[in-house]
Amino acid sequence: MSRRPYLRKIERHWWLRHRRYVVYMVRELTSLFVALYCALLVDGLVRLAQGQAAWEGFVAAISSPLGVLFQLLCLVFATFHSITWFAVTPKAMPVMVKGEAVPPWTIVTAHYAVWAALSLLVLVAAGV
Amino acid sequence: MNETIALEVLRYNPDTDREPHFQRYAVPYRDEWVVLDALTHIKDQLDATLCFRWSCHMAVCGSCGVMINGEPKLGCHAFLRDYRNGVVRVEPLDHFPIERDLVIVMDDFMAKLSSVEPYLLVDAAKPLGEGEHLQTPAELNLFKQYAQCINCLLCYAACPQYGLNEGFVGPAALALAHRYNLDSRDTGKDRRAEVVASNEGVWECSFVGACSAVCPKGVDPAAAIQQTKVSASLDWFKAFLLPGGRK
Repeated sequence: MSRRPYLRKIERHWWLRHRRYVVYMVRELTSLFVALYCALLVDGLVRLAQGQAAWEGFVAAISSPLGVLFQLLCLVFATFHSITWFAVTPKAMPVMVKGEAVPPWTIVTAHYAVWAALSLLVLVAAGV
Repeated sequence: MNETIALEVLRYNPDTDREPHFQRYAVPYRDEWVVLDALTHIKDQLDATLCFRWSCHMAVCGSCGVMINGEPKLGCHAFLRDYRNGVVRVEPLDHFPIERDLVIVMDDFMAKLSSVEPYLLVDAAKPLGEGEHLQTPAELNLFKQYAQCINCLLCYAACPQYGLNEGFVGPAALALAHRYNLDSRDTGKDRRAEVVASNEGVWECSFVGACSAVCPKGVDPAAAIQQTKVSASLDWFKAFLLPGGRK
């Protein structure tokens, strides 16, 4: 009798083994587009600071078919990312009232309500 | 009554095998049998050399965790009837070294569990004469679900972060740390933070959520870890932004 523990290596395609791991990987990948869109917004601010010519160039670039396609992709992925995040908010931010946990759906619904309110505010501010 | 079901069990004998291999057994099918019953049948009737851990047969002791068709489960909590008309593939829990057959080496987990000091820590013990430590139902509700953990390690087998980086403190140990941090009688949160809020503590978690999905006791380690991230961040900001906050 000798001890010779055997460690099996994790497979390279471990994330294909179960749906929950695939969804996780998709969620991770979509965050890349959220970050890219943030970078685009920062770039817009920089161009705005550089003056009218730079700003108009920026607007022309994001209005081009490629620019619109990129923003549409970002919108789809950011929406997926937001929905999956809202779904887990009761875990990360549980609320206790008088010693009882607030039902998870109220926390999720509150997030959607704030999302809708902020979107409305942006639309109003943009004069739509 | 002569129906059988096939079990493919991963075998590994450190004395004779270079690496693990599957061995197939035909076991009588019974509606009321769980996978642990099938393993016991193999050991008693077919092959006495098969090694596996078990004790209570009622999802309390947490000893019989195995991979069943790729999913971490308690052997006593998985009915054969759910795998009828197929092969039941039984392997030791993922991400742990195999001692022999289905028995894993859990030293790494035991060390991590100790490192979070999962028991009541108190700054100053109350003299016995002052009576018991009272706790309201509301205070109990804060941590009760985390106290259901039976250390079965299914969450570690489900967690890819633990599989990729064995330094990660991992779901059960972090959930139990959270359980004591939330306990109104405990004052050890700062002491546990050294491990819990370190890089290999909660920050190694990327919220896959598999730990909570596989827990047989309804514990939600993923929630515990995210809540710890929030409170560790708040503590960090307080320490750096408030006067006199830095220790």
